[in-house]
Amino acid sequence: MTDVAPILSARDIVSGYGPVQILKGVSVEVLPGEIVTIIGPNGAGKSTLLKAIFGLLPVTEGHVSLHGVDITRLSTENLVRAGIGFVPQTNNVFSSLTIRENLLMGGFIRDEGLQDRFDWVVSLFPDLGSRLSEKTGKLSGGQRQMVAIGRALMLEPKILLLDEPSASLSPKMSEMVFEKVREINGLGTAALMVEQDAQRALAISHRGYVLAAGENRYEGPASDLLGSDDVRRLYLGA
Amino acid sequence: MHAAASPVERFRQLRGAGIAWPRYTTEVVIALSALIAVWAAIQYSQSFMTGLIVGSLYALSAVGLTLIYSIARTPHFAHGDTMMMAAYFTFFALTGVVIGSKGDVVSPIRIDRLPGATDQIWRFSFGYGFLLACVVSAILSIPVLLLINRFIYRPLLGRGSGSAIIAVASLGVAIALRGLILLIWGATPRKYSTGIRDTVQVWKLPRVVADQYFILVVALVLTILVSWLLFRTKLGTSMRAMADNPDLARASGIVAADVTRWTWIIAGVLITAAGTLLALQSQLSADLGFVLLLPIFAAAIFGGVGSPQGAFLGGLIIGVVSEVTVATGLFSPGYKIAVAMVALILVILFRPSGLMGPK
Ligand SMILES: Nc1ncnc2c1ncn2[C@@H]1O[C@H](COP(=O)(O)OP(=O)(O)OP(=O)(O)O)[C@@H](O)[C@H]1O
Ligand SMILES: [Mg+2]
Repeated sequence: MTDVAPILSARDIVSGYGPVQILKGVSVEVLPGEIVTIIGPNGAGKSTLLKAIFGLLPVTEGHVSLHGVDITRLSTENLVRAGIGFVPQTNNVFSSLTIRENLLMGGFIRDEGLQDRFDWVVSLFPDLGSRLSEKTGKLSGGQRQMVAIGRALMLEPKILLLDEPSASLSPKMSEMVFEKVREINGLGTAALMVEQDAQRALAISHRGYVLAAGENRYEGPASDLLGSDDVRRLYLGA
Repeated sequence: MHAAASPVERFRQLRGAGIAWPRYTTEVVIALSALIAVWAAIQYSQSFMTGLIVGSLYALSAVGLTLIYSIARTPHFAHGDTMMMAAYFTFFALTGVVIGSKGDVVSPIRIDRLPGATDQIWRFSFGYGFLLACVVSAILSIPVLLLINRFIYRPLLGRGSGSAIIAVASLGVAIALRGLILLIWGATPRKYSTGIRDTVQVWKLPRVVADQYFILVVALVLTILVSWLLFRTKLGTSMRAMADNPDLARASGIVAADVTRWTWIIAGVLITAAGTLLALQSQLSADLGFVLLLPIFAAAIFGGVGSPQGAFLGGLIIGVVSEVTVATGLFSPGYKIAVAMVALILVILFRPSGLMGPK
């Protein structure tokens, strides 16, 4: 797998909140076309890693690159322009805006093909199509997650960062979210996903990482992680 | 996200299942208020009209205030003083007057020297020169507001300062502006024109000063324009997105500083209009803006912070309620504001996020 250049590579990332260091040199890589899942116990630093990659937290050591270009110090606004889409764990929609407005805001900086892309995203989530003028705040958790993902897709990101897309959804709804992630991936978007529901997430992933206490613990093909006794015992609750 | 439960709600929760409000409580309250309003409009038509005019000044100011607060995240206690600054800019553009060491000094370049600039339009007390001066005032006021934002509010916000700190900073701005106004134009109140003010009677409405119709119409038109901008344009949508969820706006590539800048530009137009019309209605004086701060904040909260239509409605209601209750003779004029505050408290008690605020 090393002969393919990664889309996204984060190497030896050190980051945290102010003086509090959370990540102590974490590395992850996403190859073109891959879904990569990060699992780990609560407080491991999974969200922190995504935020650091996305420029929401300062990276004090280490490097992030996109298609081999260093993007470590780019601002969030510029990372979006460079082709990274981010779906946060919480507050991931504009709840006082309509579904249509949410999607259009996702494409705010797009000059060309906005309407085409809008139609494309709506066709990906047919449930949303009939309710475009409804306030997002009134939607169910699953529908809101669709809007959140749809918003992040509006700029045709090269890679989508997803922070616990299935959190607090019913099993049926989370199944649907994973199905959508797989579908989006099938259409050519790589994904780096943090998940609590490790079983389901790994089931649709190519590779996985286990983080604990701000450090890498395991990594490998998703099937290996699912099959590993250590990982199962420690992190999959099996 | 839940707004904090209102005291009524909490009271209900405390009582367990407790009192359930009858089904149409809201509708009944609205209908009753409307009836009272109609009765007041007939019985005390003169005061009602005055209330509407004073209220439309509150309204226009509150619309700007609510934008600055919800989008630019600045509790702007200098709002009244920036309004007065703009009012004086209009005055200066029109008359060229500033204070000198021995009385007033008049600039040779000034709008009222243009031919026919002060010839009255319709029955208004002003000519086209005044309107032109308003435009010049906006052109002067907006950069000042942008500079204040750039060098005072933005650094504080960027450092993660809380509302209280920014509020205090804005109070500092307020005091500084008032000082500057006193320095440049002195403490003696001034007027845009010294002529007599025509009164007019339109249809069967009470007779009022012609200028007051101008005030009412401008307030209404600007509020409609702002609502249109917020709800029908891409810029407006991004402003609402910023107000709703600034982090997600950033994650969508929206540059906060740009949206904030546009917010201040739009607020600058509103501030210029509100300040100048306020001074047209009464007079130019350095303290006027600060005096008005309380009803302006009340109007914004009344209507629901973040909602321009709500702020507009809130302004009108505060204006009308204070004028009419005094006209009934039950309260002396000194209680005008107190009555408005009681109305505000009642609304907040039942709807913590204001009339049109987010649920
Ligand atoms: N805003 C913050 N300020 C300070 N510390 C924080 C902040 N957010 C998170 N932390 C701390 O950083 C550590 C890692 O948090 P993070 O949110 O990255 O965990 P996580 O792996 O995503 O956990 P979860 O599975 O619960 O989402 C935790 O110890 C947490 O307390
Ligand atoms: Mg997390």
